[in-house]
Amino acid sequence: MAAPGPDTGGRPRFLDAGEAALVVEFGARVDPALNDRVLALDAALNAKPPRGLAETVPTYRSLMIHYDPLALSRDALVAAVEGRLAEGGAARAGGRRWTIPCCYDPAFAEDIAEVADLAGRDVAAVAALHAEAEYRVYMYGFAPGFAYLGGLPEALALPRRPSPRPPHPPGAVMIGGGLAAIGTFPMPTGWYVLARTPERLFAEGRDPAFLIESGDTLRFEPVDAGTFTALERRAAGGEIVARVAA
Amino acid sequence: MIRILEARGGATLQDAGRYGAMRYGITPAGPMDPLAHATANRALGNPFGATAIEVGLGGLSLAVEEAPLDIALAGGAFRIDCDGRPLPPAAALTLRPGMALRIRAGRAGAWCYLAVAGRIDVAPVLGSTATHTRSGFGGLDGRALGPGDGLALAEARAGLGEPTALVAPWLDRSPETIRVVLGPQDDYFAESEIAAFLTRDWTVSPKGDRMACFLDGTPLTHAKGHDIVSDGIAMGAIQVPGQGLPIVLMADRQPTGGYPKIATVIGADLGRLAQAQGGTRLRFRAVSVAEAVAARRAEAAALEPGIALEPVVRTEFSSEFLLGRNLIDGVVG
Repeated sequence: MAAPGPDTGGRPRFLDAGEAALVVEFGARVDPALNDRVLALDAALNAKPPRGLAETVPTYRSLMIHYDPLALSRDALVAAVEGRLAEGGAARAGGRRWTIPCCYDPAFAEDIAEVADLAGRDVAAVAALHAEAEYRVYMYGFAPGFAYLGGLPEALALPRRPSPRPPHPPGAVMIGGGLAAIGTFPMPTGWYVLARTPERLFAEGRDPAFLIESGDTLRFEPVDAGTFTALERRAAGGEIVARVAA
Repeated sequence: MIRILEARGGATLQDAGRYGAMRYGITPAGPMDPLAHATANRALGNPFGATAIEVGLGGLSLAVEEAPLDIALAGGAFRIDCDGRPLPPAAALTLRPGMALRIRAGRAGAWCYLAVAGRIDVAPVLGSTATHTRSGFGGLDGRALGPGDGLALAEARAGLGEPTALVAPWLDRSPETIRVVLGPQDDYFAESEIAAFLTRDWTVSPKGDRMACFLDGTPLTHAKGHDIVSDGIAMGAIQVPGQGLPIVLMADRQPTGGYPKIATVIGADLGRLAQAQGGTRLRFRAVSVAEAVAARRAEAAALEPGIALEPVVRTEFSSEFLLGRNLIDGVVG
């Protein structure tokens, strides 16, 4: 990971990703304070989008702004961003807090024994450590509804697999590279599958199709296999089975 | 109804792309060559982003059932024929039931677009019909078109009659020089490596797909390592992973990713690059954002008035055509 630095507070860097996307970069680290600044700018821009702004993609430490350069010049976009930053639009409404049902039963925790070996702990301790932590949704990427989560306990900070494992099941709750993740659709992965959730971060046709926003926090609530199956059936019917606190 | 007769992979339905949900990990998809896609649609008076069939090097054959249908074709120099009669690679015509249209890879170009007068009636997903096969959604059941597939049509029209050629000189693009804007992570490379990136010849690898164009050549080296904290990826982003060979991320890219991006192909040259077949040699040339915007504006202005159609004039004579005309001395007696 790139050099750490006192990233909070300073003027961001404006980096061109071609003539139709601008990166506003607040720093170079995975850091909740940097991510807060990204999400604050994201919220401020989308509350009052300049004409020609297409969409924004918040990531750990930068905001990518896709725009139509025939409708919005780079200079006008930079000015709009600086205006939002100066207004201190930084007062982002705190993210929501979610409780996500999660089954660590051996049938749902395909890689937990491997993780236990690598971490030098027993399987139950790995599950307990994972379930006790509070996670921050930093960003999505990689695949539809694939959420990158910070807050993984240090004891579970393992590098990712040297080469990908076969596709994970839907709703896989995973760890790798010092982060946690939820993968909504089966994909080959370099992460370790620790558990499964019956909740679907993305369900086409459900309202809302996307459940959880970047900046939200979540906890995993262990459920047994029978409960998982029952919840999964309800989720398949379009119901939201995670709980949210105001 | 359009019936797919033959398809060997790589043909999908694409509208302008699925925008608005990249923040949730949704790939935009959309056409590999947006200019050719827009040209085919524009030739029929369709909205620029209407759903069209994108055909790759695997080719496609199709027919219409029940009623005639106007279609327009635009893209690379594909070999196209209707019941054996060769058509120019950018053409419009009325396809009648019983006719078979064949689209096959030609001497140049990797993507061909077939637009229809009316609407290909598939359900949008998150507001778009673009197919993203890796996610398994959009288009026809989230997959490539296959033999026997039927595409329902809405508001279908016919009236063009005999084949005409599209007057679209902007589709004659050489892939030799691809313009880029440096960044967003050009600071991960020493100046000498950026110079090398811009002066070396690169060869398009045949392993490319809708997700990425891979380049072969002398590897680049990083000044600050090849690991960055993942950030957003624009179409045309040129990332340089650890082994040093550039990868240009295209329509089916992931919306975020983790390698330094030395430069980004400008919008006006995305199609030019996408159309480069494996083995094509090219160079990159750095331009300013202002130049990239000017090129984009010129492209929009060319499409704006609509596409003129002209009688088919043969500029290229296939051997079958020449034999048929008995024009080759001493070969046909």
